[in-house]
Order: sequence, then structure tokens, then C-alpha cells
Amino acid sequence: MQKMSGAQMVVEAMKKEGVEVVFGYPGGAIMNVYDEIYKHRYFEHILTRHEQAAVHAADGYARATGKVGVAFVTSGPGLTNAITGIATAYMDSIPLVVISGQVPLSVIGTDAFQEIDATGISRPCTKHNFLVKSVDELPFIIKEAFYIARTGRPGPVHIDIPKDVTAQIGEFNYPDEIKLETYKPTYKGNMKQIKKAVDAIANAKKPVFYLGGGIVKSGASQLVRELVSFSGIPAVETLMARGVLRYDDPYLLGMVGMHGTYAANMAMSEADLLIALGPRFDDRVTGKLSEFAKYAKIIHIDIDPSSIGKLVHVDYPIVGDIKTVLENLLPLSKKKIDKSRYESWNSILKRYQELHPLTYEDSDEVLKPEWIIQRVGQKLKGKARISTDVGQHQMWTAQFYPFTRPNEFITSGGLGTMGFGFPAAIGVKRGIQNEISVNISGDGSILMNIQELITAVEYRLPVINIVLNNHYLGMVRQWQTFFYDKRYAETDLSMQPDFVKVAESFGGVGYRVKTKEEFDEALDDAISKNVVAIIDVIVDRYENVLPMVPAGGSLYNMLLEYKDEE
Amino acid sequence: MKRRVISVIVDNEHGVLSRISGLFAGRGYNIESLTVAPIPDQKFSRLTIVTFGNSRVLEQIIKQLHKLIPVYKVIEHEDIIEKEMVLAKIPLNERLSDIEALCKAYNGNIVNVGKDDVVLMAADEPNRIKNFVLALKRFNPKEIIRGGVVAIER
Repeated sequence: MQKMSGAQMVVEAMKKEGVEVVFGYPGGAIMNVYDEIYKHRYFEHILTRHEQAAVHAADGYARATGKVGVAFVTSGPGLTNAITGIATAYMDSIPLVVISGQVPLSVIGTDAFQEIDATGISRPCTKHNFLVKSVDELPFIIKEAFYIARTGRPGPVHIDIPKDVTAQIGEFNYPDEIKLETYKPTYKGNMKQIKKAVDAIANAKKPVFYLGGGIVKSGASQLVRELVSFSGIPAVETLMARGVLRYDDPYLLGMVGMHGTYAANMAMSEADLLIALGPRFDDRVTGKLSEFAKYAKIIHIDIDPSSIGKLVHVDYPIVGDIKTVLENLLPLSKKKIDKSRYESWNSILKRYQELHPLTYEDSDEVLKPEWIIQRVGQKLKGKARISTDVGQHQMWTAQFYPFTRPNEFITSGGLGTMGFGFPAAIGVKRGIQNEISVNISGDGSILMNIQELITAVEYRLPVINIVLNNHYLGMVRQWQTFFYDKRYAETDLSMQPDFVKVAESFGGVGYRVKTKEEFDEALDDAISKNVVAIIDVIVDRYENVLPMVPAGGSLYNMLLEYKDEE
Repeated sequence: MKRRVISVIVDNEHGVLSRISGLFAGRGYNIESLTVAPIPDQKFSRLTIVTFGNSRVLEQIIKQLHKLIPVYKVIEHEDIIEKEMVLAKIPLNERLSDIEALCKAYNGNIVNVGKDDVVLMAADEPNRIKNFVLALKRFNPKEIIRGGVVAIER
């Protein structure tokens, strides 16, 4: 058995795990590890300019590639900066391994320089975490961390390694496989329950597929497409499931929830059966719980038992991996399900779609943000990965971009982290180098990780940032318009940097556009220049995201239009 | 609101108690009592938690506990024997035989007689321990220490 330092074990373990890139930021407590990175060059290290961005980049990389994303940070502020990134990944079930340095064991608990109770802070926002107390347990812990991160319901795992542990010499016995007595996720669904679920579908008159992010994680999108097309059962997608079905799938009613389509929300409200595949009944989807799908029985397939029955009563719970369960469910349903049964239901929903389609009023005087999204879609459909930040631009992207496949849309759903989009898009570009990586952002969000321009320039990761600039913290402004009598408390962002100069000063390219022609030219130019870009798009200041279900309201009570009386 | 006794068998490792107490605190679950000790001759520890909530909350508690990586087993007790221990210190103003008689009624006895104080103990079912504590009131107890519930299936 080879003897080596804890720090070398860390890089050797990365090699064993096939890690090709690590995003990170060095500091005192993790210097031993960085010294080994320097010596060995087993993987590329991308130096972001903030630890939060390192974790978001690892997260974007993980979402786009399906691999485990890896980030290294130092103790104290390094770790606390990383927490927002870790929590973002936790809420969206993204597999990450985050390694932080810690002060030496001998001074832990003494409030040493850059000491923080790292595992205490990360505990509620990780799937699991470790404080390594001896170099002897380090190889097993790293193996365990990767295993836990990617299996079951994926999630971030944090390893906190004291500086003296990275200096200690030990034997590097890295296990090829591990089994944990206390952690055994269920993959295969209960056949009896699956049969009951198929019968329920076959007997329903108004069933709806409620597609969630679990499908993407499980790699079950192809099976879901097959299931939807042969059964002829209409489907709605959550934010995290955008792209599971193609945008032009005849049975796709669009996104569901607070900014979902009229048809999707009405389908949920009138259905007699919800077939929930890996969603988590988030409040932004369900609206008022007592009114949510109140005529429907519910089938819920999820790998996480605690997601099932957490918020609403489930009649047919199936614990298992969606792909594995569908492999069993599909042949059974082909025998029992008759497409014609749902024709009248589909025609009702068709009418809803025609009655209130997703729409906006275009203008020749001012750019509409929805038009921009559609335009990007026309140009880049199927050829680009679209990341977003959080706010109005995120919802417009979810509503209007023509998604063709899973993992095409990279967005912070659960935590709603502003500042996620740009570093995530950098990670996406690193993972999927032959596709264009676009970050659609707002003038609020983009400033929350703007320093990453230099990372994108340095590592030649040409992300195109499209900033829908309404000089407002738009989503909050929208709520103030609707619910706070237009008292625009601290949402006016008229004071702005020159985004063109900002991009240029970092070595990228910048464009300011006010017309459709200018936008087309800027986007084409940014694509051909192949360097990091900011396209600052001046859009209608007062455009609202519609439809909207006011928070706490029932899904069927949608605000479909808003006319300003003044 | 239902009361429920849950036993949790966990890997006897660093920080496991904080995972469990943190889970209860973070998700707003109630803990009425919590006891923990290693299981003899095993690498596991056993926690006995008394909690209360409606049935959906109780179901979530069980599922969330299961989800923690070091949790080996979660046992929801149905047919169980529950015991709780209590220690009390009272001023030595009464006849010892009276005090002892009270202790006996609650499966206890006098464990120490000092210059000014008597220390008593009792081990009994939790609701009987409640009564014992009430009964002690008239002796003006200086300190009462309840040990939390432990439970075993019949």
C-alpha cells in the first residue's frame, strides 16, 4: 500500500473518481491540497474569483454533464461563501462534493484564525457532511462522499479537512466499491403498487402527468416521452422539468404553477388523477394546498420517501427511481391504457389553451423581454444550454424558450439564488464545450457574480450573458405593483454601471441594444467572436410576468392580464 | 396532536446527535424528551425520542430521520413498555418513613440522606412520574431532575 500525505490522497482520490475539473479558491487551511494540485496536474483547476461562484460553476457543470461537480475552498470565509452554492445544489438535488480546509485539529474549538464550525453550518444544506479526524479515514470518506452525492436522491456532500490531517502521512487504500449499512436507497418500485397505479390510470377520465425534476436526474426523459405519446395523456412540467418533453409536444400544456399556463393550471385543478413523476409539490407549483388538485387521486413516484405525502395526501405512493419504475410500468400500461379514453379531456384542455395561450403584446417602440427570449430560441434552439439567474427573466425564459431536451435549461429552482446563472453557465461551458452557453440574466442578478467575467476570459469559457435590463429588481417590482400599491421600496436600479465597459475592462465584449435589429447583430457577433460577452438589452421597464397565481392563492385563480389604470 | 415514542438506532459517530436535534429544530418538530446511550457491544447508539404532532408531521419525522445517512433504523413503537427515571432533592423536614412510603409507591427509594437534604429516586411510567413529581411538591423540593423516557417493545 502506498504511503502519502492527506493532501496527496485528496488529489489521488479525484483521479480515481475520474474528476476532470475542480472549481475552487485556495487559502491558508487548504494550501497543502493546492500544493499537490500544483505538483500532479491530474485535473484542471478553475480559479473562480469568489467561492460562491466556484460552487455554482461546479453545480452548472454537474447539471449539464450528469457527473459529480467538485469544488475546493478554504476554511472560515471560504466555506461560508460557499454555503449559498451548496444550499442551491441541495434544494435542486445536484450531486456535488465540496472540500473545505479547516484549522488544525489541535486548535479546533479555540476560535482560531479563519475557524468556523463548518460542518455545523453545512449540515442543514447538505445531503451529508464529514469532519475528517484522521488521515486513516480520509480515503474511505472521499469514496463515501462521491457515492452518497450521486446515488439515491442526489445532493451535495461536504468534507471538512483540518490542515494537519492533510499533512499527516497514511496509507492510501482507496476502496473500489463501498456498501453502507445505514444508507440503501430504493431503486426498484413495488410491483403491486405499480400495477395499482396502472389500473388507476386506465380507469381515470381526466389524468394529467405532473412532471418534475426527478425525471431529469433519473435520466428518464426518453421513457417519459414514450409514455406520454402512446397514452395520449396531457402533461405539465415544473420549472425543473422543462425540456423533459419537447416544447412542441402535442400533449405538453406548458409549465405549471405560479407563472404556469392557464391550460396547465386548469388541468391540475380539474384532473381526476395526477401522475406525479419526481416533483416535490413545491408551494410555487401547488398554490393554496387545500384547493390543489382537489378532485384528483394522486400517484407519486419518487426516490425520496420523505417527498411523498409531505404536503398532500398521496393515494398511490411508489418509492423508487423513476427510470427503473417506468421500465416496469411502461409495458403494463401498454396493455391496459386506451388512448381514445382521454380524447374528450384533451379537447377540453385544447380549448383552454386556445382561450388563454401564453402571450404578450409586442411593441415597435420598446423591446419586450419575451421577444428576446423567443428570438434567442429561434436562433439557438437545440444548440445551446440556457442558464438563468432568478427573477422575471427566469420565468420568461421558462415560459417562452423552446426547450428540446432535458438539462438544456440550467436554473436555480428551489433556493432561487440570484447570481447563480453566470458562474453556472461557466461550469456548463466547461462541461459541454461544443455547445453555446448562454446566461439569461437581469440587471439585478448579473451584478451578484459579475467578477466571474475574468474567470471566463482566463479559461476561455465564452459565456454569452443576455441581460434583460429594465432598471428594476423586476420581480419584486412586479409584486410591489400588484400587491403593495406601487410603493417601489428599494427596487429601482436606475443607478447602473456601463455594462459594455464592464465587459470590455475584463477582456470580454459588450453590447448595448435597444432595437430588434441591434439585438440580432449583437447576438450574432457575440457568437462569432467566441469570447465572454454581455449583451445589455434595454427592455420595457414595466413588463409583468403573466399569468400569475398570487402567492397563497388557488391555481385556478390566475391573474391573466394587468392593465395599468393610470 | 398525538404523542409518539420513536427509537432511532444510529452509527455511534461524531456529530450524529446534532444531525438529529438539528433536524427537529430546523423543521419545527417538537421534542418532549430525548435520551441517548451506546448499545452494549455494538457500534450503534440508541436514541429514544418522545415527540408529538399530527399524523402527517409524525410521518415526516420518521421519513426525515430515515433520510439521515448515519441512521440505521427508526422504530415506531406501538406495544411498548416505557420507563422514566427521576431524581429529587428535598429538605430533611419530614419523617423518612413517610418519604420512603411515597417513593415505594412509585417504584423508588431514598438514595442518600445528608445533613439537610434527602435525595430520592423513582423509575416508573412517564405519566406516573408526572404524578410523583406533583406529590413531591408538598415537600418543597429543591431540585427535580427527570431523565427522559426510555422504551422497549414488549
